[in-house]
Amino acid sequence: MENPPVAESSTLPEPVNFETHPDQYRHWSLEVEGDRARLTLAVQEEAGLRPGYVLKLNSYDLGVDVELNDAIRRLRFEHPQVRVVTITGGLDRCFCAGANIMMLRSSPHGFKVNFCKFTNETRCQLEDASAHSGFRFLSAVNGACAGGGYELALACDRIVLVDDRSSTVSFPETPLLGVLPGTGGLTRLVDKRKVRRDLADVFSTTAEGIKGKRALRWGLVDALAPLSKFEEEVRRHEEELKAETPDKSDRSGIVLSALEPTESGDTVRYRHVTLTLDPEARTARVLVEAPADAACPADGEAARALGDTWWIFRAFREIEDALLRLRINRPDIGLVLLETKGDIATVLAADQLMESQQSHWFVHEVRNFIKIVLKRLDLTAKSLFAIVGEGSCFGGTLLELALAADRIYAINDPDVEVRMAVSSLNGGAYPMANGLTRLQTRFLGTPDQTKRVLGESSPFDIDTAEDLGLTTSAPDSIDWEDELRVAIEERVSFSPDALTGMEANLRFAGPETLETKIFGRLTAWQNWIFQRPNAVGKRGALSCYGTPNRPELDYQRT
Amino acid sequence: MAINYSEKIPNNVDLSSDKRLQRALERWQPAYIQWWKETGPSDFNDADVYLRTAVSVDREGWAQFGHVKMPDYRWGIFLAERDKDRTIPFGDHAGEPVWQEVPGEYRNALRRLIVTQADTEPASVEQQRLLGHTAPSLYDMRNLFQVNVEEGRHLWAMVYLLHSYFGKDGREEAEELLERRSGNPDHPRILTTFNEPVEDWLSFFCFTTFTDRDGKYQLLALAESGFDPLARTCRFMLTEEAHHMFVGQTGINRVIKRTIEVMNEHPGHDVREYGAIPLEMIQKWVNRWSSSSLDLFGAEISSNASTFFAEGLKGRAYEEKKYEDHKALDEAYEIDVWTGERITKEEVPLRNAMNEVLRTDYIEDNRRQVEVWNKTLERAGVDFRMEYPHRRFNRKIGMYANGHFDPQGNPVSAEEWNANKALWLPTPEDEAYVKSLMVKVHEPGKIAGWIAPPSKGINGQPFDFEYVKL
Repeated sequence: MENPPVAESSTLPEPVNFETHPDQYRHWSLEVEGDRARLTLAVQEEAGLRPGYVLKLNSYDLGVDVELNDAIRRLRFEHPQVRVVTITGGLDRCFCAGANIMMLRSSPHGFKVNFCKFTNETRCQLEDASAHSGFRFLSAVNGACAGGGYELALACDRIVLVDDRSSTVSFPETPLLGVLPGTGGLTRLVDKRKVRRDLADVFSTTAEGIKGKRALRWGLVDALAPLSKFEEEVRRHEEELKAETPDKSDRSGIVLSALEPTESGDTVRYRHVTLTLDPEARTARVLVEAPADAACPADGEAARALGDTWWIFRAFREIEDALLRLRINRPDIGLVLLETKGDIATVLAADQLMESQQSHWFVHEVRNFIKIVLKRLDLTAKSLFAIVGEGSCFGGTLLELALAADRIYAINDPDVEVRMAVSSLNGGAYPMANGLTRLQTRFLGTPDQTKRVLGESSPFDIDTAEDLGLTTSAPDSIDWEDELRVAIEERVSFSPDALTGMEANLRFAGPETLETKIFGRLTAWQNWIFQRPNAVGKRGALSCYGTPNRPELDYQRT
Repeated sequence: MAINYSEKIPNNVDLSSDKRLQRALERWQPAYIQWWKETGPSDFNDADVYLRTAVSVDREGWAQFGHVKMPDYRWGIFLAERDKDRTIPFGDHAGEPVWQEVPGEYRNALRRLIVTQADTEPASVEQQRLLGHTAPSLYDMRNLFQVNVEEGRHLWAMVYLLHSYFGKDGREEAEELLERRSGNPDHPRILTTFNEPVEDWLSFFCFTTFTDRDGKYQLLALAESGFDPLARTCRFMLTEEAHHMFVGQTGINRVIKRTIEVMNEHPGHDVREYGAIPLEMIQKWVNRWSSSSLDLFGAEISSNASTFFAEGLKGRAYEEKKYEDHKALDEAYEIDVWTGERITKEEVPLRNAMNEVLRTDYIEDNRRQVEVWNKTLERAGVDFRMEYPHRRFNRKIGMYANGHFDPQGNPVSAEEWNANKALWLPTPEDEAYVKSLMVKVHEPGKIAGWIAPPSKGINGQPFDFEYVKL
């Protein structure tokens, strides 16, 4: 009854669809009542994304988290008047048991990594909505709360734990499974909640967890509530949290309709984005087109009226979907070529509106959303080359795509008119996980250069771009194609593991934040552990969990 | 504080020279007495009850009878004699010497096991606390109180382990055992069955038959533990558990007997006209309590059960006597899996099926008991037979909780379930009827009309002995 070791398969996984809707949720339910919302988790055991595991005790897989991600998104755009969101468990005395162990065990390494990344991004988005959009999240822990369940609670603004003398919060990963609470758990424990490190150490090695009073004393939760008064107490905390947020009753939401791209062969065609795969060359092309016929909305309200048809918003929703598909469904793709097409003036007009109308909630939300998608791009474990070719429009917000890339190739030829441009949004609308803009991060040692770039008030040619330090290589049209071909062929020939590590190190210069620690330290260690025999070897702890075999650990420290 | 511990707390753990244990008990013992006075059979604190007290583990010492007020009962701490050569009987450590101290890596798991077991002991006292008021005879009242004080002693036994082997955490857990309360909306007992009220004596007899037998099987499994103090504690507890089941089994048998008497005296009449309990109604009580007790064994396929077995913490009943392969590593176990539509057979690794192995032994034991009741019916020439319901019936925990099954274990639709529920489980009318019979009979030698007197008394005393002096 040994578990066969899970090898990276050369065949592609069954594709995951990242689009859903509350009407289609199988695990979460989203109820909105005026300025309050409730997200209730009642996982359908048999409705896992893939066969072979049962989602017991409100444990989750990627499918469950896709719904949560969708719910947070819809709260921000469809229910902007909501001020407090309570997350709770819909099963009797069970909040959430975390990521499903059998699912993790039966998943190949790459999927585990991307699953962790996605769930981490979802939790960061809870905190982002709290920090930037006047939402507060209350975790109403009504029962067993283990591992990823407690990590979800940690991402909320406040945690209320039922005090029934038996329910605990716990991180059983290390003592039971030989892995880490890698969904931000260890980081948020000491960095966000500032739990003392020795207490955090005891907590993270006590499989059964910590009960009410001690959990409160140690700062693991914010409040306790007796079973009989649980609902009442939750209401009280909701009111308190609400008082921290502005009245948003004048906001009326938009409808997020499904993207529904058309797929044929190796092409996924959205309205403004086209994803083209070249599996043989291990590359993909993401082409973003600024529409020629797009009239820029006059003000924030007009933008809201356009809602999800506003091209810049829709384009980034499409970029996000394409990125998620690339990450999870296409492990075979190693290099993504980022391209744009259209009139740079269209982009700059949108930017201008996003700057002047940023106090309008919808515009604010769209800016914020673009920030989130760009962060996903930063965190995508594939090489990124921006291709600034003829007809491209890397200006302002779309320039960020290039700034997120590992290299920028631009054609520099007197016969080819190519322009790049900056807008004020490059100066602060889209901070990276490190808290800096992409320009600041790029010119970490030469801050004046950031100023110079931002001082370019109109589109500039590639000579200027080179001078400003925005291009990696700028061949003329004679060398262009060959230079690109060689660069691409060389890139995809390197070890994908080394590239992932190298890129993740080079992309995030500058200060550490909670986010960079989660994505750069916690998950990097987790991904290392996920490869080690003590976790996933034949007798590793993760492999043995739930089987008749006890783990046999190699006690040598590295 | 000079307390004569061996006088106040009979023990064979050398309490008088164990400073750590003394210090722990100095705090806990008064809290325990307070708990007993508040949530035990508190209206009978002043009654003199003819109780058996264990003062040592040998033949003379384990059963000393005498009248005593319950709060003054000498709750003792006893472990079965130590076998110096004992080795761990099962799991990955099989054959290694047993542990006299808790192995660090199993400390949390062991504490969890002990706390879960311990929590059931005070729970049942709380569940039964009002039954004294409706005791059908002094004999039965005394049995109730004997069961109660022994459950109290079982709590002591478990608390001894927590105090002696689990440090500060153990002391905190011991305190919380007195803080949780059966049926309390804020801090209930850990397991659901132990939060259901036991409000009538038919329930009490069912509880002591079925739920205490779960206790027996849990103790049998823990009595095999590689942690020797736990094994020895459980072995001694088993002798007491046997009496509780005796109370239940003979109790139901006496109810059946009385019903048969009334049927014979008034043929063609509903026995309810004469204050007896119809056999069909007894069956419903059996159905309720046996199904809820089956839940106590946990999920059919269990990672925890596998881990506990592998680590040598919790074995199978009669592990050493009954099995040859104590590793149980390469065997499979066939389980009826409910898919939501039908039952299919599935093989799971034996270690993951340990809950089911224990549950199966338990079911066999119950079936034998039901046959004893059927003998009574047969001898009386009554056609009715009691049935032990199928393990799938009326479950709240495990995979069968996701479906509906009749008492024979056949899947039924939700409509069928609702239509037949009143035939299978007690209805509010049934409960009201049984409750109406619950009147106190506190005179020596007298008994209520719904139950027959026992065939013999306690410790050679006659039935009309004054078992409780009120």
